[in-house]
Amino acid sequence: MEYYLQLFINGLVVGGIYSLVALGFVVIYKATKVVNFAQGELVMVGAYVCFGLTVQLHIPFVWAFLMTLGFSVVLGLAVERLALRPLIGEAHICVIMVTIGLSSVLKSIVQVIWGTQIKVYPEVLPTTPVIIAGMPIAPVYIAAFVLSGLLFGVFTLFFKYSRMGIAMRATAHDQQAAQSMGIGIRGIFALSWCIASVVSTVGGVILGNINGINSHLGVLGLKVFPAVILGGLDSLLGAALGGLIIGVLENVCDGLAKDLFDLGGFREVAAFVVLVGILMVKPYGLFGTEEIERV
Amino acid sequence: MRGKCGLFFESYRGEAAVFQSGFQKTCLGLFVAVLLIAPWVLDSYFMSMLNLIMIAVIGAVSLNLLTGVCGQISLGHGAFIGVGAYAAAQATLHGVPFIAALFLGGFSAALVGMVFGVPSLRLKGIYLAIATLAAQLILEYVFLHWESATGGSRGLIVEAPKILGFSFDTERKIFYLLLAAAACSLLMVTNVLRTRHGRAFISIRDFYLSAEIAGVNLFGYKLAAFGLSSFLAGVAGGLWAHYTQFLSAEQFGITLSISYLAMIIIGGLGSVTGSVMGAVFITLLPEVLNGLSGALAGVLPDITSQLVALREGVFGLTLMLFLIFEPEGLANRWRLVKSYWKLYPFAH
Repeated sequence: MEYYLQLFINGLVVGGIYSLVALGFVVIYKATKVVNFAQGELVMVGAYVCFGLTVQLHIPFVWAFLMTLGFSVVLGLAVERLALRPLIGEAHICVIMVTIGLSSVLKSIVQVIWGTQIKVYPEVLPTTPVIIAGMPIAPVYIAAFVLSGLLFGVFTLFFKYSRMGIAMRATAHDQQAAQSMGIGIRGIFALSWCIASVVSTVGGVILGNINGINSHLGVLGLKVFPAVILGGLDSLLGAALGGLIIGVLENVCDGLAKDLFDLGGFREVAAFVVLVGILMVKPYGLFGTEEIERV
Repeated sequence: MRGKCGLFFESYRGEAAVFQSGFQKTCLGLFVAVLLIAPWVLDSYFMSMLNLIMIAVIGAVSLNLLTGVCGQISLGHGAFIGVGAYAAAQATLHGVPFIAALFLGGFSAALVGMVFGVPSLRLKGIYLAIATLAAQLILEYVFLHWESATGGSRGLIVEAPKILGFSFDTERKIFYLLLAAAACSLLMVTNVLRTRHGRAFISIRDFYLSAEIAGVNLFGYKLAAFGLSSFLAGVAGGLWAHYTQFLSAEQFGITLSISYLAMIIIGGLGSVTGSVMGAVFITLLPEVLNGLSGALAGVLPDITSQLVALREGVFGLTLMLFLIFEPEGLANRWRLVKSYWKLYPFAH
């Protein structure tokens, strides 16, 4: 039982990171209706840039982290301007393929600069575990969870009360109406890519502190799909919950598959089996807007 | 010389013909003749390129039928090819004749494809893309862990194809087999597109509601598109299995699906010629890069060690550039070039 509790907690931490990445995905999808297959690569680039700044250029972690955030804003803007804007109004498949192309390019850049070996972050937090309810938990896990929660709080408030956030929601709801109310759609698109890039970077840095980073980090981007489908493609709350649920589910299923059927590596597909089930039963997820079509 | 500056159709029959002019027929005939004598001229490296292209052509044209013509995005095509490959390989290992094994591979891929195509009735666009992505990852897992059928991570060794006691065991011999298979698939897809079924596929892609109102059975046709496309993918897989004579789960990963999607995007969505062009382009791209890096190795000594990473980057960049600057693909560019020369030098 203790084993499963440990799996559950690991799942929550991993799920927290899924939620962050899913948050980025949902922000982009909500505002621009682009399905971003390069979300995982944004995580990877952020993690590697932060690694480069702290380890290779010996900049203190806090400053390096802030600089990485600055970099990710620029990256988000550049991606939106160069790759996505020319494709506004094209078919789904073209937009999907351009983000897939983008993911290849980003992955290749990271591999050329940093190679394919695992890189380990310097220790920022102490390693002595904290005991919570009789379970030893590493401080970095707690920090990861708190940070994810904090970011979600910030973004919820941002979308609810700030002028920009309300403009983004308006754009998501109805582009034409928003435009005629004087909202600059292009600015909104650029902003949503910036936000997505920043939250992914935060996710990447957290992940780097937990496990170290390698050039396969981008696979994480695929795990976002079960999370966002479960939560509903255009719901922030859905992304948060979906990420957590998928994180827990895949860890527990992995443990169960190992114990009951002696199957290794079930972690990789558990989330996708769930995904197929959700798509069959409730394609718009827990909190997604149902698209109703009338002839 | 005939003073005709365009194609004029006097009957529906003429409009639907596969070859619309004698000139086109001659060109294609010459092209096939060149391909037929190629094995006597080229060495085995170039022959292996040609063979890979032939298999890629079958895969690309099948995906184009599903995605380009019928509009159903599939990110699981690589896995469907894998299903065909493993099924055909197991069949020949159990003593089924090669041709029958090939069809068996095709049918099992079609079955799997249709199972994963069932959600396509309810799901559209990106939801379907995500469902097929799940199919890809789940099938990949099955390939890796169903060891009795696929050999798991050790892989599976397959024999060279044998028809009526004749073994296609060299690059040259197998080329004719692959050429015949590719030609059959291309003809088949071209002909499907000319029938009412082909037009039904196109109407679903253009607007599914109008299609349904016009009496097209959406579910049936979507399922048929998945089945037909996966059948050809399975055949491509079976050929691939017997050509490389070794199967491992990594070969049928998501990268394969993506590269097939790239082929039809770069070639041109919904175009049979485009599928061929895309298949040639994507298959030759890494080889050209290899050649270039070899040539540049003197100037940039690091380049060979970075080749794998660079290859992926160039692939992604090419894909993006095509989408941004040439979204209609090579087939459209080819059409434009042809129509330019048709009226040369009096363009107006």
